[in-house]
Amino acid sequence: MSTTLLVAEHDGAQLNQSTARALTGLAPLGDVDIIVFAENGSAVCAEAAALAGVGQVLQVDSPDNSHQLAAVVAPQIAAIAAPYSVIAMPSTTFGKDLAPRAAALLGVHQVSDVMEAIDAKNFRRPIYAGNVIVHENVEAFDKVVLTMRTASFQAAVAGSDAAPIVPTETTADLPDHTRFVKLEAQASERPDLQGAAWVVAGGRGVGSEENFAVIYDLADKLGAGCGASRAAVDAGYCPNDMQVGQTGKIIAPDVYIALGISGAIQHITGIKDAGTIIAVNKDEEAPIFDVADIGIVGDLFDLAPRIGAALGK
Amino acid sequence: MKIIACVKRVIDYNVRVQINRDGDGVVTDGVKMSMNPFDEIAVEEGLRLKEKGVATELIAVSIGGSESQQQLRTALAMGADRAILVENDAPLIPLGAAHILLRIIEKEQPGLVILGKQAIDDDRNQTGQMLAALWGRPQATFASALEINGEKASVTREIDAGMETIEVDLPAVVTTDLRLNEPRFVKMPDIMKAKRKTLDVIAAASLDLPSIPNVVTSNFSPPPTREAGIKVESVEQLVDVMKTRGLI
Repeated sequence: MSTTLLVAEHDGAQLNQSTARALTGLAPLGDVDIIVFAENGSAVCAEAAALAGVGQVLQVDSPDNSHQLAAVVAPQIAAIAAPYSVIAMPSTTFGKDLAPRAAALLGVHQVSDVMEAIDAKNFRRPIYAGNVIVHENVEAFDKVVLTMRTASFQAAVAGSDAAPIVPTETTADLPDHTRFVKLEAQASERPDLQGAAWVVAGGRGVGSEENFAVIYDLADKLGAGCGASRAAVDAGYCPNDMQVGQTGKIIAPDVYIALGISGAIQHITGIKDAGTIIAVNKDEEAPIFDVADIGIVGDLFDLAPRIGAALGK
Repeated sequence: MKIIACVKRVIDYNVRVQINRDGDGVVTDGVKMSMNPFDEIAVEEGLRLKEKGVATELIAVSIGGSESQQQLRTALAMGADRAILVENDAPLIPLGAAHILLRIIEKEQPGLVILGKQAIDDDRNQTGQMLAALWGRPQATFASALEINGEKASVTREIDAGMETIEVDLPAVVTTDLRLNEPRFVKMPDIMKAKRKTLDVIAAASLDLPSIPNVVTSNFSPPPTREAGIKVESVEQLVDVMKTRGLI
């Protein structure tokens, strides 16, 4: 039996790619059980069961789990945690919200943003916005909760045989003090920023909300996800959920195209696992060029449409 | 309603952090220290709730060495009514911090506890959630809007999928995201006034805390760096390079 349990992130219909990435990061610990909390998790469980390296999938169906609120899910994790020495979730807003609540109920330590699991007691993780990497040894605890830094790992692929799916009930007292009201998602046909193979992002250099159309147009021509620097988000050029960096999303696309982004250290933190970074900036001294694989000095409004025309599908 | 805002002393946002010679920590001697920026947002939110008449008292709480009094004085200068420092020089993991804060909460009985979503030193993003769990109360993390309606709070949260709104019963724990508010600047007369406000110092050892094992953090090392690549002169050249590298 697996001694590692991974809590699946999903939207009720589909498994989020962060789960498959976290699974890869946990591979050094052996087979991993995946647990799915949902109202009806059958489709999500089937996706999870198909991934290589999965021992079994625990399906916890309940109307209480329709919105996967941390206050509701954490007691269920605590109730089922006994056989496991490692309980993990992706280091997304879902996992970051839930993991510490589960860890505190279990009275154990949490290692945040694991970029390498050496074994079940030793981990490497970034601190100070990724400027320092440290080793955390948790031998003093018999159990530990992890959040896995998804940008550090490729998504696990399908295995040869599907893992068994086990309907599971938990016996936890669930609170009713926390209630879901609504989710306002940006309606978008574009690939999800954290899962996209290519990402096009704009910064303060884009200059206005109207001008951000240049970024969206290029992203659409390339079939790319759309991101932004904190400066662009703070200036109101684009929605918050596009922010990439220390306090936004940490991403690792194959290709990242930064337009009008100067390259503050907090932004670089969010993209340094990208395969290839391409930077367009009119300031040839911009720090983004210190980390870019390919740079072009020039006007983004001139270059973006031409890049779109040259690379567009 | 009383509000507690939690404050952590950290290396200033603008300092380029250096690893020490032994590789077991970062250099702090002569380095500028500040209040964790997310905690400034927490203090500001508490002040705004007080100014709206929702809260009657704002208490700033910190855990750390005696030098953390500086950050609490900043919170007092911003407008907090009083401050509590739980003096602790031993290494502390978030679970330990949450247990300390729980002791303060049991004594003060606040209606709301606001913390930064993460401290910019260890970037762990745990203490608020752990506190809520130990307290058995709701948590609303990564808040970008907060409204108190009697015994309930409506909180808009910045999550990966967009903006989520939840309703929680009070008392509750809220952690702040960047866009909840813009903290005010402290004025000189307020700094003078803050010196006369109450700042209680309590020894962590006096709080009857559970024993929590230690986590060993070691091997502080710089991250792998990306080398600067090449510059190209034209879109045509960019396409050529991308083809050569198998990107298209």
